[in-house]
Amino acid sequence: MDPLMLDGNAIAGLLQEVFAVEMTTAIGTCNTCGAADRVGALRVFRGAGIVMRCPHCDNALVTIVEDGPRVWIGFAGIRTLQVTI
Amino acid sequence: MPPIISRGFRGRRDDAPSDRVPPGQYVTRDFPVLSAGPTPHRQLEQWDFSIGGEVDEPRRWTWEQFRALPSEEVTVDIHCVTKWSKLDTVWQGVSVDTLLDGVETAAEYVVSFCDGGYTTNLPLDDVTGGKAWVAFAYDGEPLEPEHGGPARMLVPHLYFWKSAKWVRGLRLSATDEPGFWEVNGYHNYGDPWQEQRYWGD
Amino acid sequence: MTWRVAEVVKVVPETPRVKTIAFDVPGWPGHRAGQHVDVRLTAEDGYQAQRSYSIASVPDGTRVDLTIERLQDGEVSPYLTDELRPGDRIELRGPVGGWFVWEPAQGGPLLLVAGGSGVVPLMAMIRARTAAGSNADTRLLFSSRSWEDVIYRDELERLRGDGLTVVHTLTRSQPSGWTGYARRVDAEMLAEVGPSPTELPRVYVCGPTPYVEAVAEALVQLGHEPHRVKTERFGPTGG
Repeated sequence: MDPLMLDGNAIAGLLQEVFAVEMTTAIGTCNTCGAADRVGALRVFRGAGIVMRCPHCDNALVTIVEDGPRVWIGFAGIRTLQVTI
Repeated sequence: MPPIISRGFRGRRDDAPSDRVPPGQYVTRDFPVLSAGPTPHRQLEQWDFSIGGEVDEPRRWTWEQFRALPSEEVTVDIHCVTKWSKLDTVWQGVSVDTLLDGVETAAEYVVSFCDGGYTTNLPLDDVTGGKAWVAFAYDGEPLEPEHGGPARMLVPHLYFWKSAKWVRGLRLSATDEPGFWEVNGYHNYGDPWQEQRYWGD
Repeated sequence: MTWRVAEVVKVVPETPRVKTIAFDVPGWPGHRAGQHVDVRLTAEDGYQAQRSYSIASVPDGTRVDLTIERLQDGEVSPYLTDELRPGDRIELRGPVGGWFVWEPAQGGPLLLVAGGSGVVPLMAMIRARTAAGSNADTRLLFSSRSWEDVIYRDELERLRGDGLTVVHTLTRSQPSGWTGYARRVDAEMLAEVGPSPTELPRVYVCGPTPYVEAVAEALVQLGHEPHRVKTERFGPTGG
């Protein structure tokens, strides 16, 4: 546990702007340990950019770097993302 | 729609001479803690620092051996890509020149690798010639884990994501290997004075 | 989802460190209990800061209330709680968050575990429950530093009953004669206050990250299903 860590709820606004759908209820599957979790339950760290990590194995699932309207999303550790549109 | 100005909001910033503040940066007296992942807690007995990759002979130091190396106190300005700059920060560290002294290599690049898996890449030229340290103390105190302790890279002429926290070694390479943030949107080199924050800048 | 202009309607002190700020947000689409907004402040020179705050109020046209704790070393919360006057404007984006929500139609039993200002989204749930006339079994376990620091204290006293239980624990100081809990939330307290896991309660935990971690772990130890425990962590950035 890291006292600085947040969860996916903390970036719900950003995710909704990027994906145009509610993302905290989306389910991401980790490509390292296979665990499937709601994005709202993922661990969020703020470094130079945002990193979303698997709550079970700490694998970096998604990275988000923002430059105003330009946003880079890295899906480094997500095997599948399930959303409801 | 341009953003609405909120009456009286200033944020927590200091004024500073503009020749010390790169474009787009704001000066802070705080030391914000930013991290791509959970803070590792590495026991000193299990810590080592290694130099490997394309070198004639890999090197390794235990904590005692590392701390026995000549170190120096440096005062530098640091610039985070998230727009805060901190002036006159004081560090104690071992120069990378000391660590590479006598190392034979044709490599032109290094990758810093760390506890927790973070990596960042640099040209070898940018960590030699008195430009980089492996720092173990900040402001007169042992470096705290949340700021990268026991030891972190200190490469103040580039954006601070290049100063990897919890560093465990340098891997020298003939080819450039973009690291964690470099593959995910941040600039491969990161010169704050040219505002090289993102891909394509 | 874009940034909307929000105008301050009124500022209401809740505790020495906490205020509720009522905003009028033209075009507000409504929201669900548990959701939050991102707040953006822009200085005259373009400098910006952004934080997230949970919505405290029930949906009511263009009205959005935020309850904000003034953090001593904060960059944004001291501005919001010290400076804002009726007529001032900020920007907000939202509502956001579809996972940490509760709707009265979902019913109970409901266990709400709050740490300090983490009570805000849970209070939105309690207010939604009241507005819907629900009498679902709802238990709030609320950790605060002292009696003076209990946010929404009087309203919670008034709302007790009709299936709503409110249990306080005061961790730093207690008023004389206090017979309630006086320690950090632990598994024993959760077992005494909360429904048992066999009742399949929905559990919502909100507060600072270390608090949420400790409570979530205790709940799982007690046998609550992890997927029935929803957490929202407030970090040092207040959001």
